[in-house]
Amino acid sequence: MPARIVQRNQAPFENVEVDPITLDIIENALRNARFEMDAVLFRTAMSPGIREQHDEFPMIANADGKMVVGQFGSFIHGFMSAYNGDVEEGDIFLTSDPYSCQGAISHANDWLVLLPIYFEGRLASYGAMFGHMTDVGGKVPGSLPTDARQIHEEGIVIPPVKIYRRGELQEDLLELILHNCRLPHWNRSDLNAIVAACRTAERRVLEIIGRFGPDTYNSALEELLERNRRAMQELIRKTIPEQPQTFEDYICDDGMGMGPYKIRCSMWREGDRVIFDFDGTDPQSVGSINFLLNEEMFKMFCGVFMIMVFDPQILFNDGFYELMDVRIPEGSLLKPRKPAALSCRTHALGRIFDVIGGLIGMGNPEMLCAAGFSDSPHFMYSGYDDNGEWFQLYQISFGGVPGKPSGDGPDGHSLWPSFTNVPNEFLESYFPLRIEVYETIPDSGGAGNHRGGNALRQGYRFLADGEISIHDDRWLTYPWGVNGGLPGARSTKLLQRSDGTSEVLPSKCDRVVVRKGDLLYFNTWGGGGWGDPLKRDPESVRRDVERGLVSREGAKRYGVALDSNNQVKAEATQKLRKKMARRQDGGGLFNRGGEIAELVARCREETGLTPPAPPSFGGGPATG
Amino acid sequence: MSFRLGVDVGGTFTDLLLIDEQSGNHWSAKVPSTPSDPSLGVLQGVRRVCELANVEPGQIHHVMHGTTVATNAVLTRSGARVGLVTTRGYRQVLQIARSFVPGGLGGWVIYNKSEPLAPLELTVEADERVGGDGSIVAPLDEARLRDALRGLSDSGVEALTVSLVNAYANGSHEQRIRELAAEELPNVPISLSSEVLPEMQEYERTLTTVANSYVRPVVERYLGNLQAELSQQTRGVTLHILRSDGGLASAETAARYPVNLLMSGPAGGVAGAIWGAKQAGFEDLLTFDMGGTSTDVCLVKDARAQLRRETTVGDLTVRASSVDVRTAGAGGGSIAHVPELTRALRVGPESAGADPGPAAYNRGGEAPTVTDAHVVLGNLPELARLGGDMQLDRAAAERAVQTVADALGLPLMRAAEGIIEIVNENMCGALRLVSVEQGYDPRDFALVAFGGAGPLHANALGRLVHAWPVIVPPGPGVLCAYGDATTRLRNEVSRSFIRRFSETSRDEVANVFEELTAGAAQALDAEGVPRGEQVPSFQMDLRYRGQGLLLTLDVEPGELAEGGLEGVGRRFDELHRQLFTFALDADKEFVNLRAVAESRPSSFFAPSIAEGGADAAEAVLRPQSLFCENREHEALIYDRAKLRAGNRIPGPAIVLEMDSTTLILPGHKGEIDAFGNILINPA
Repeated sequence: MPARIVQRNQAPFENVEVDPITLDIIENALRNARFEMDAVLFRTAMSPGIREQHDEFPMIANADGKMVVGQFGSFIHGFMSAYNGDVEEGDIFLTSDPYSCQGAISHANDWLVLLPIYFEGRLASYGAMFGHMTDVGGKVPGSLPTDARQIHEEGIVIPPVKIYRRGELQEDLLELILHNCRLPHWNRSDLNAIVAACRTAERRVLEIIGRFGPDTYNSALEELLERNRRAMQELIRKTIPEQPQTFEDYICDDGMGMGPYKIRCSMWREGDRVIFDFDGTDPQSVGSINFLLNEEMFKMFCGVFMIMVFDPQILFNDGFYELMDVRIPEGSLLKPRKPAALSCRTHALGRIFDVIGGLIGMGNPEMLCAAGFSDSPHFMYSGYDDNGEWFQLYQISFGGVPGKPSGDGPDGHSLWPSFTNVPNEFLESYFPLRIEVYETIPDSGGAGNHRGGNALRQGYRFLADGEISIHDDRWLTYPWGVNGGLPGARSTKLLQRSDGTSEVLPSKCDRVVVRKGDLLYFNTWGGGGWGDPLKRDPESVRRDVERGLVSREGAKRYGVALDSNNQVKAEATQKLRKKMARRQDGGGLFNRGGEIAELVARCREETGLTPPAPPSFGGGPATG
Repeated sequence: MSFRLGVDVGGTFTDLLLIDEQSGNHWSAKVPSTPSDPSLGVLQGVRRVCELANVEPGQIHHVMHGTTVATNAVLTRSGARVGLVTTRGYRQVLQIARSFVPGGLGGWVIYNKSEPLAPLELTVEADERVGGDGSIVAPLDEARLRDALRGLSDSGVEALTVSLVNAYANGSHEQRIRELAAEELPNVPISLSSEVLPEMQEYERTLTTVANSYVRPVVERYLGNLQAELSQQTRGVTLHILRSDGGLASAETAARYPVNLLMSGPAGGVAGAIWGAKQAGFEDLLTFDMGGTSTDVCLVKDARAQLRRETTVGDLTVRASSVDVRTAGAGGGSIAHVPELTRALRVGPESAGADPGPAAYNRGGEAPTVTDAHVVLGNLPELARLGGDMQLDRAAAERAVQTVADALGLPLMRAAEGIIEIVNENMCGALRLVSVEQGYDPRDFALVAFGGAGPLHANALGRLVHAWPVIVPPGPGVLCAYGDATTRLRNEVSRSFIRRFSETSRDEVANVFEELTAGAAQALDAEGVPRGEQVPSFQMDLRYRGQGLLLTLDVEPGELAEGGLEGVGRRFDELHRQLFTFALDADKEFVNLRAVAESRPSSFFAPSIAEGGADAAEAVLRPQSLFCENREHEALIYDRAKLRAGNRIPGPAIVLEMDSTTLILPGHKGEIDAFGNILINPA
């Protein structure tokens, strides 16, 4: 049974004419409100994951639940059709169950808060936000167990509940939830902060309605959605070809010795509509790398990407969703059946962006970006410090932004919106850690006319015994280059023990015991290169060498000859480039650094790790 | 007799104000600015104002000066070639920055990062290590560092920054490196992160210190020249520079820490607005300074500007205290456009600037700007000369705005009004940032408008945020010079003090404050301010342990002794609740402690203007028709120079003066107070 919306005032909103000026004013005011939500959250949250790294997503939706400003897919419709109960003024909902909101959030660490906004007894809008909790209990600190086979192993899963009922905090419920988390004071303050951010949205929306009236507000939101639909329709017609294009990419492994997993997507246009079909994607994993991909979320990803590539002026919202049709096979890696484990979905989530980039760029090679949105590498470290206090760090790292039509990819930067790194001095002050190296890795960015960004190397010296977990990917497959650009470097993890031994750690591992004095080199991936490296201005290559971002050896990939003072030898460069150009094959759009079979065959030699076995997919529940 | 002089160097004019310290009499002068060497304009202005006042320059004892030299060096990227020394492993601290890519999801597709202020090729690493607790983990390898410094010397470095990991907790290695660098790089100014910003967060500290180095040579040169020339003309004068936080610094300190001057210009405007509004009897203000390309707003409570621990100039944000001025990218020159795909009306951020300028300027500009919309609506009559000699071309403005009207399918006048409404909305957003979002209700504040375009929009903004009265002080340019001349000497000394409440005591905190206070007072002692004239105060940056934010609490010297840490904690809870709707039952933590010493405020008053009755008929120039709220109105144009105290002006009306135009809307009235301010209220 769907949710029943209780309203004191049943009068429907009137459709009224909104003049374009008022429309723009309302649009601006909503956009400001959405940024204010972020600001309130960052300032009051406690976990470094939210307050320093900004692992959170806000939105404001209209009374029908369509997102008007924000950055995640509209889940409200699905949420409401699955929720069995009343929605009343003063209620605030909380959930962390991906299976109850059609994947609007995709693992139990993300806590989603939904606040229906009432004006004079009528439901007028929604404010919503979700943020990643550092810990939600379960079998490992950080609650992202690589070897989980069911979501129940991944900590507490909160079904859609009212955390505030008619304005009253449900304290028993909150205590029950917090009691299941390892760092309850962080969860409590992060949740408080998310609620405060949603209340900010509520205040601003009510102010806007107060100023313009509910009918104008409601009609304006409709018109904003329509405005976006018109713009996107143009864009789709102009940029999406009718004949199907197909693109594939991979998750290297599942952390349990199997891989790679294939994500395959085809795209074509039928009239004004574009179809994305994931037929051919591998079945769901028995482990936790499954990604419950919400169709609306995927539309948003595509829409945002197209806007950025083709026309950044367009304001993004839900208006165009009916123009996209997303087909994801049941029981696949991207639509696993309950209760499949989901915690380590970050790899597939990142990879989806590479897939979108490849797919949309195939038909528009001059707009094609290289791979680099390949992952968001996680590092976790926990234990008891010298004072016997429990510490627990959850940190997201970054890597090389891909080479792109507009220029080089920045080194060691984030592809996630508004994410930032954690200051190393902060880490050293609050955790038993010393960060001995924090730099980018020379030559790790893919060579190209526009160079891919370099990977990051962070050297953690552990000052207390404890356990670490790592979640990363792109250690076997390469971040691909495009239009003649070379792939970026793959990720690696090296643990140097204080006894002098060292070991290569796998890309995904849990509960690795570390001792005081051990040193971990956490090396992420580089961005792929864009365009023929032989066309890069030799002066830019020289400058990169002078700055230590490209080595003298690495300059050879660009066909640039340097003298002993690192100055460009013009003639030698010309000759070298001619010679190299003859050796180049035509080169496709994509350079993946080799076929999967080749990468697997060279795996042990190149990475020091056992190659993954082909996945076996048994063990899931029956359909339905 | 002794005199003080306020000097404000703007983009076009340099304004000066000479005050007789005994009588309060004053004289002002306006001369063209000389951007290539601003000190020339200043010196010319000094001669001019002294002639006017019939005063010997030798009688001037104090010169107080707001400068944009540092700001311009950043904006035009014309600062020094900066070398940087970091801890080994951290050479790329500026290259990696905070890993942040602006622009939302997919923003990376169009993001191209600007080059660091200290280039990587001029960054070297020192073998050394200090721990998070300030302990020495590894000693400094001096021999190796000397080699690296020699390399920098060969590369022609003009300024050097030393920023080592955890130097906020222990600056001894940085100090030692300064000694070595003084030998290897003689005559190169050296900035240490532990002195410029002894606070946690390696990227922000490094960037701030590098910014200091970046502007230091140009500021040193400028202030050195100015001081020398002034001394020659005046037989010894104390030169004070207005800092970003609205306090004054000696020329010597200013030259050493010029990163504190990046907002000197706007701080002067705010100081002037405070001074002007005070004459009218208002101390809680929203200031609103609208120029050609951008608009600055600031909140003033109890005649003090709100400060923040951050300064932003262009795309550079450093950790230096500044008046909390928020900038909206909209001004008189902002261009209106209608994107093809969305058919929305957008104004800015592109600006026609001063060249070619709005279409109405007839200097080759064709794009419709905010100024053009005003001309079309009749708010800027052809009589307005905008600084002297410019004739406005109404037909050109109409042609430009018509393009917007056509794209929107609206009549010309409605489109012009729409442009103004959108701009007002953007500014309203900036006003909200400093008021509502900080927990203040704008209805409790008066709005003070200045800048070339501010008085045109002020009435409408007052109406949008319900801030009354709207105050338009006379002579907006000279206002900044007033601000400069009446500012207090201010010095602050701070240090990181990261302790949970449970780990420290009232006495420990009090002891730190005592030390800091002594340091803060020394600088004022050196300025010759007797201790009896110094006003001390404390600030503490606090948060709940684990939070990222810092809330700054102003603490009276006696407060800690009386209420102890619990009292401070309660006030923190209250402030947190005011800002964010909730307080937490969590451990609280100190982050920074700061002592501030200020001189007592000076008490110069503005001169009164001549009295007149309510009737302002004598100042009427001519009738003017203007379009507003979707219809034509008949209005009168007034000459501000002829207005008398007590005059009342019913809206709609336009008040002209040399460098600005005030618009009073229908349903509102203006009143002239004893000091020549226009106070606008709903009728």
